[in-house]
Amino acid sequence: MDVINLEPTEDTPKVILDKNRQVFEISGRSLPEDAAEFYQPILEWLEEYENQVNPETKFMFKLEYFNTASSKLILDILSKLEEIEGASVIWYFHEDDEDMEEAGEEFSDLVDIPFDFKTY
Amino acid sequence: MKYIYDLHKVMLKQSLLLVYEGEFSQEITKAVLAMAERNMDSFGEQRKVKTKVFNVMVELLQNIFKHSQSYQEEIYGKNNAIFSLAKTDDYYFVLSGNPLFTSEVESLKNRLDAINLLDAAGLKEERRRIMKSNKSNIGKKGLSDKGGAGLGFLDMAKKSGNKIHFDFEQINDQLSFFSLRMTIDRNIESKSEK
Repeated sequence: MDVINLEPTEDTPKVILDKNRQVFEISGRSLPEDAAEFYQPILEWLEEYENQVNPETKFMFKLEYFNTASSKLILDILSKLEEIEGASVIWYFHEDDEDMEEAGEEFSDLVDIPFDFKTY
Repeated sequence: MKYIYDLHKVMLKQSLLLVYEGEFSQEITKAVLAMAERNMDSFGEQRKVKTKVFNVMVELLQNIFKHSQSYQEEIYGKNNAIFSLAKTDDYYFVLSGNPLFTSEVESLKNRLDAINLLDAAGLKEERRRIMKSNKSNIGKKGLSDKGGAGLGFLDMAKKSGNKIHFDFEQINDQLSFFSLRMTIDRNIESKSEK
């Protein structure tokens, strides 16, 4: 499977989706003008991955900021993960960032996937 | 040239850290955010407060360029609006003003009034309700035609922890000017400093 490896920019996060190395990561800032367009390839990748999943998929979110449009797309990613057997989420938040912790709790409440919360 | 001095005095008096007036776009949003961030870093603002200000600014700026109506475009340019960040000893104020159709005033006012009635738990519940209803609509389908999730004002109210201050002034037959002020407390306790 192809690897998605996007470098972070001022308004988009770093993204690594690598089945062989078992790295699934979105980190940094997500405030693109068109969130649906930015996340479309990621959703497509997950659809393809769904047919050839690893025994375990630990998806890491380590976000500093995201806008509300991105929150909808993050929920879409989580919805896809819901359909993937063995998927779990590691939700990182800065120890001083209760809003990001709460956002993770909110997401975990909306989808049926195990969430592991970690601070940095 | 005295108006420059006057403008300078107004900015000092109102504790304005930055003011931007003109056309709004994603590029401008990024530039304004970067300036605000550098400014807050320069006097060592605590991370928690900085994050809240940044979050509120992002939603507000993106709201402006998605919803602002062009007004006398030949003079002011497209989606002309004003944005400002002010700082006092106790608060940050994130301020914005933009033209919009008068026909949209009532529904916007009702929406903001409804948000202002909610406490933190109520805001959270409303957010959850909207997100849940969006859940089955993957990708673009779950967003408005302007790419929004319908959560902007809720999120600003939630993150700022304060009520939304706003008012409307008539510009002409069709347009009104929408002014908004969000308040963020500077003296919130920080976990790591406890």
